[in-house]
Amino acid sequence: MKPEPTREGDGRRPGPGRRGPEGRGRGDASGEEIDRTSPAIEVNDLTVAYREQPVLWDVDVAFRHGALTAIVGPNGAGKTTLIQTILGLVRPAAGRIRILGQPVREGRRSVAYVPQRGSVDWDFPTSVLDVVVMGTYGRLGWFRRPGRREREAALEALAKVGMEAFAERQIRQLSGGQQQRVFLARALVQEAPIYLMDEPFQGVDARTERAIVEVLSDLRARGDTVIAVHHALQTVPEYFDDVVLLNVRRIASGPVPQVFTEENLRTCYGGRVPFLHAVAGPPGAGSPAPGAGSPVPGPGSSASSSGAAPSPRPGASARPADGSA
Amino acid sequence: MTAMEFEVQLLAVVVAVACALPGCFLVLRRMALLSDAISHSILLGIVLAFFWVQDLASPVLIVAAAATGVLTVALVEALHATRRVKEDAAIALVFPALFSIAVLLIARHAGDVHLDVDAVLLGEIAFAPLRRFEWNGVDLGPRSLWVMGIILLLNAAFLALVYKELKLSTFDAGLAAALGFSPVLLQYAFMSVVSVTAVGAFDAVGSILVVALMIAPPAAARLLTHRLPLLLLLSALIAAASALLGFHVALRLDASIAGCMAVATGVLFFLALLLAPERGALARILLRHRQRLEFAGLMLTIHLLNHEGTPRASEENRLGHLPEHLRWSRDFALRVARHVEREGLVIQGPGDRLELTPLGREAARHLMVR
Repeated sequence: MKPEPTREGDGRRPGPGRRGPEGRGRGDASGEEIDRTSPAIEVNDLTVAYREQPVLWDVDVAFRHGALTAIVGPNGAGKTTLIQTILGLVRPAAGRIRILGQPVREGRRSVAYVPQRGSVDWDFPTSVLDVVVMGTYGRLGWFRRPGRREREAALEALAKVGMEAFAERQIRQLSGGQQQRVFLARALVQEAPIYLMDEPFQGVDARTERAIVEVLSDLRARGDTVIAVHHALQTVPEYFDDVVLLNVRRIASGPVPQVFTEENLRTCYGGRVPFLHAVAGPPGAGSPAPGAGSPVPGPGSSASSSGAAPSPRPGASARPADGSA
Repeated sequence: MTAMEFEVQLLAVVVAVACALPGCFLVLRRMALLSDAISHSILLGIVLAFFWVQDLASPVLIVAAAATGVLTVALVEALHATRRVKEDAAIALVFPALFSIAVLLIARHAGDVHLDVDAVLLGEIAFAPLRRFEWNGVDLGPRSLWVMGIILLLNAAFLALVYKELKLSTFDAGLAAALGFSPVLLQYAFMSVVSVTAVGAFDAVGSILVVALMIAPPAAARLLTHRLPLLLLLSALIAAASALLGFHVALRLDASIAGCMAVATGVLFFLALLLAPERGALARILLRHRQRLEFAGLMLTIHLLNHEGTPRASEENRLGHLPEHLRWSRDFALRVARHVEREGLVIQGPGDRLELTPLGREAARHLMVR
């Protein structure tokens, strides 16, 4: 099933520009609304290589609307690359990405991005509020300056992450967790229906972790889609609905109870699974048997599906379970 | 002050401010060295354009030079993109190549033109008023003042127009790209502005001193503020001050004006490095000093608390005992004692007995349970 483009390609995010008191009203699917039966983001046959070194190899994955999805996998599995390719920051060698049915160039306007904290210079001469206001720049477009409305939206977002008292601080005075919350607030003011987060929980304090979890559940309650690279396997079942196991290839993806199994994790992490003891969910709980084949279309369309392709891990070419429906 | 002196000073200030504004973003983007590369390689554009139009005053020279500047950036990035060399090495490979070709061309074919090496390196701001801009026989002032004035306005207009976009792409290029503000486009637009500025300033202060004017004032301002608008303003003020200071020193010493301006930017930067309220060397030393004293004071309260009420208290809790017990010099012990007394943590009892105040006892207990 191909998702139909829900809007004419004006590049703006779908839905009315601002949220009314009744929220985005996803129940009443008017013409302006997002088609929720198709995936929020659909990735087909995606291959990304840095200098002939494949980082992602023929990856198929569909991200459900309104779900919190974790992308997990060992170091070098291509998790950040997947996110950056969806955002158009990395050019794929092959494959197709659709964001709300649109190609990346238009679709990425519907995506708010929370990069890794370390990706920017926190010594940059600017204030917390100013960084959060940057989230509104996409709406403003070229040359238009942010005004009072943008600053108020930024203050509101800062309040949601418990950082309103820091609005006038210089960003270099923030702790790691506070930096993360500022980035989260900056994504919130983008008012996008999809959030891509690169390790939002990495090295944050307990207070920040709680704040992020709260924001995530708010976003889910609103029907927004969240996709986050995640490292702490033991919190996956608690925080997320869906999970994508990635290791250069997609190992498995789908709802956590079906996909987050010991066997899949072993395949993904090559036997050495951190925190395996903490992983709940018996294998095969209502999911197709491992190796039952993938309902995701694509293998035939790519010559490099198996055999000729170098397999990064033994058994990685098998796609055990796929719960994405 | 003669009219000519006034014109030279005005020109010096305009050049300095025009350089400092884009210089702020060069410093923030960690591209300071690229200004050095551009200011050298533009010479090739100037020489080639001169051979073509045979006129040093032609605006074609500025356009060609700016194009060489942008070419430099493109070559550096292309070389860097191969990942065989690091960015600094790429810069060091590109601009000497372009610059040396230009120098060779001058030596071979332009020996009789005044495109000599002295002029290239140091410029000739003192003679700038001699070349007038006349229109219908009316003298409208020095030509380079007009050129640099226009460049200054262009720079200010450019920064005002894309301030938000430039700030975003400097701070977080990833988000800029994701939001649809092409960092590549901004980069080249910005580097064009830098190149045009370098060409204009080149005429007045020479190719090497352009770098000093572009980098030193923003680097000094960076030590003084953490706000971007203020950074731009302070850079402009420091640049203007350097220009005036340099001019007057040069007049006293009968030395090169451009050279003295560059020295002045260095001196002002050094002063900022020394005296900046938060990041300056002096402030850091004072801070470390105070922290050391504070830490020692807390150590003292803990020591006093430990021995308070014990039989040996009268022995241990004496000022004279501290050098032995805490291995402080007599002098330092005295300073610490004075510090904790000022803070109200300790009072001097009879003899040189030290006694905790309730506040000091509280502070020491608080530290112990942590």
